[in-house]
Amino acid sequence: MSKVKKIVKTIKIDVDKCNGCRACEVICSAFHANPKYSTSNPARSRIRMVRDPIRDVYLPVYAGEYTAAECMGRDKYVLDGKEYSECDFCRASCPSRDYFKEPDSGLPLKCDMCEDDPSQEKPLCVQWCLNNALTYEEREEEVEEEEKPGDVELGLESMVDKYGLQKVIDTVARMSKKG
Amino acid sequence: MRYAETGYNLEIDLTQGNIERVATDPKLTELHLGGLGTNAKILWDRVPPEVEPFSPDNLLIFGTGLLVGTPAPGANRTIISTISPQTKLMAYSMMGGFFAPELKHAGYDKIVFRGKSPSLVYVWINNDKVEIRDASHLRGKGAVETAELIKKELNDPNVQVAAIGLAGENRVYTASIEQGRSSSSRLGVGAVMGDKGLKAVVVRGTKDINIARPAEFVGLCNDVLQYIKVRADNPVPGVMTILQGLGSPQEMLHVDEAWHTQNFMWGNARVRKKDFWNKEIEERWKTVQLDVRKRLISCYNCPMKCGAIISVPGLSTYMMKCFSKLTYTMAAFVDDLDFGFKIAQRATEYGVDGFSTPQIMAFAFELKETGILTDADFAGCPTDNEGKFYWLLDRIVRREGIGDVLANGVYWAARQIGKGAEAFDHNTIKKHEQLPLKLGMLNPVYFLMYATGEKINITQIEGQFPQSPFPTMEERENFVKDWIQVPDEKFKQYLLDWELRGDHSNPFYPTVDMSVDIVDWQEKMHYIDDALGVCAGLSSFPLKPPYHIHNYPKIISAATGIAMDEAKLTQIYNRNRNLIRAINVRRGMTRDDEKPPEDHWKKRFPELEEKLLDAYYKFKGWDNQGIPTKKSLQELDLSYVAEDLEPRGIVKNEQS
Repeated sequence: MSKVKKIVKTIKIDVDKCNGCRACEVICSAFHANPKYSTSNPARSRIRMVRDPIRDVYLPVYAGEYTAAECMGRDKYVLDGKEYSECDFCRASCPSRDYFKEPDSGLPLKCDMCEDDPSQEKPLCVQWCLNNALTYEEREEEVEEEEKPGDVELGLESMVDKYGLQKVIDTVARMSKKG
Repeated sequence: MRYAETGYNLEIDLTQGNIERVATDPKLTELHLGGLGTNAKILWDRVPPEVEPFSPDNLLIFGTGLLVGTPAPGANRTIISTISPQTKLMAYSMMGGFFAPELKHAGYDKIVFRGKSPSLVYVWINNDKVEIRDASHLRGKGAVETAELIKKELNDPNVQVAAIGLAGENRVYTASIEQGRSSSSRLGVGAVMGDKGLKAVVVRGTKDINIARPAEFVGLCNDVLQYIKVRADNPVPGVMTILQGLGSPQEMLHVDEAWHTQNFMWGNARVRKKDFWNKEIEERWKTVQLDVRKRLISCYNCPMKCGAIISVPGLSTYMMKCFSKLTYTMAAFVDDLDFGFKIAQRATEYGVDGFSTPQIMAFAFELKETGILTDADFAGCPTDNEGKFYWLLDRIVRREGIGDVLANGVYWAARQIGKGAEAFDHNTIKKHEQLPLKLGMLNPVYFLMYATGEKINITQIEGQFPQSPFPTMEERENFVKDWIQVPDEKFKQYLLDWELRGDHSNPFYPTVDMSVDIVDWQEKMHYIDDALGVCAGLSSFPLKPPYHIHNYPKIISAATGIAMDEAKLTQIYNRNRNLIRAINVRRGMTRDDEKPPEDHWKKRFPELEEKLLDAYYKFKGWDNQGIPTKKSLQELDLSYVAEDLEPRGIVKNEQS
């Protein structure tokens, strides 16, 4: 397989610079509203502040993958004398909490780095973070070219997972006879 | 659909335990915007002048500004309005923080409390679900402690809590409402909350706020952010450090206190220590502040860092902003800043106003020195300056012994004590303690603001126009060069011609008419901010702010869909200004009340001062008692106000 170049988008989070204003949440929710900017609502944001001023905990965390089940164990970290739950760092849209879910439908949310047309110079949360707790970097990486499976293959794979290969083959064969 | 606002108020009768969600009239938004404007409308309509502050009929309104919860930077203010136990006039004490946006997202523009709960309660607002809950287990708890206990009890770290401490429960006239890094401190709003049996208001909201013209609105917000960056890179030269940038005075950031400690008064606002600041103190104070300060923090959706998390070893953590690190320190004649951070921790948990309370205590110790108060009044009081202040703070907040009298503030305490104590009440306006500032030459602009401001607190009236002239023409020209905020070019000329000495200096320059113009501009911006819920720190308070009269109409219109221009916005300001004036004159305020403290300036000019007041009243469309005329009220769509005031003999029918 050949090597290809890939742009990796990175938001660098410097928690020491965070002043806890939640502008990132505000503008994220507004950007992803439909029509764009027509509403604001931090509860819909794909970045959330884990924020506990009295303990000096200020931790922006971004929405990642959806997970159907919460973790069995919940570990704790002590960093610089401050205790964090493992969940504080977790990007998952998870049943254990109300972060990264549409508040009305419960559908999961995921950070998309503000994909836009024309594209944004930086994700909006970075643009609105005047204290530079969030900064944006793009770096180029060389990676092995992967052959991406097509939609049909992906669909079939999940059918195979669920029903077994033989049943899928039989079904496809039967369907092809019917024309 | 309603834009920027939710269109609903929450009406809570604490006597009956009744809760209603009430749709508001969109016409009122067009007339008053929101926040302070619509709060005043409710107080005018529903609190007649005979209602005492501690009557169940007094209302306690938590209002959000019109732009709160939108992406407009710094739009996060809660405007708390009620009748003040201290002044008996309308109080509108405001706070930033995170409460107002949360309330908006819960679906309400305001909470209007009436009645009195038979037992101590807190109110829990979780979107559509609103409950009145028992708070007997929170009695006597600190304000910060209460918020933490409630978060635990509700198992939700994201609720916003506005709570009173022991001072509010005991109806101390300087009791505040505390909310994390912010507080609504002035004029005893916490005492009214305590009188209503309300320990805390707790909010969680996850609903949308709608914007009328989204792309245009966000473009304008981006312009505001860009200008904040420009100002961060370009501090105003030639003015003292805390006036160079945006935000409220950056007291948590800066450690150099030469200016405050040597120009503000110590003790009961009398003693100036011109040689206080030296290298040793500078080093010590810097170490203390950097040691206890854990982080500089902001309010909702604002890049400024006006507050700080303060953690003094051995004491529970709290948050502080502005000037309160020095108010207790200087009032108590303590030269160690450590004391300031320690006593402020206790005062924050008690929930008291950090401006008024230290002055009450300094006043009391002056009375003790002169023998008007006796040793018997202070039985058990330590003799050291720090110990004395802790002891008296505890007595005031508990209303024990002499503390019970002092809990009513300097003005009322002086009259209750008698025996000449009135003469020691030398720093109040309209019964309210002022900044401990005593100056030389009368400044005509400040004279008018002190005398006539309905806020009764200079820091929330002043701004925009420099406090003193620049010495050289070069500096003045440099200042006016990019002064885009002026409503009219004439203000640039006022500043260019303003000299430190000679014909064009204080008190006769700015001239009477110019002074009125300048005050009107400064007031206008504050009234607009307070209706929109935008922090004065990004608008009316600092020099060259990002929000001003030229961009506000566009921002309001894009957010709400209401057609707006500078003339219409000015008309709304005048309407709100006159409505609040009407509430206060209906409660008996007159020209006699409009006086800065006699010793505020050494050099006074009684004739000029009368001229200033006459001109200001005339400009406002008021009679020579400071009462709005029928004609000017009619022009502001406030005929109903004139119709109420006329039979009371307050408004004169000038046609007859």
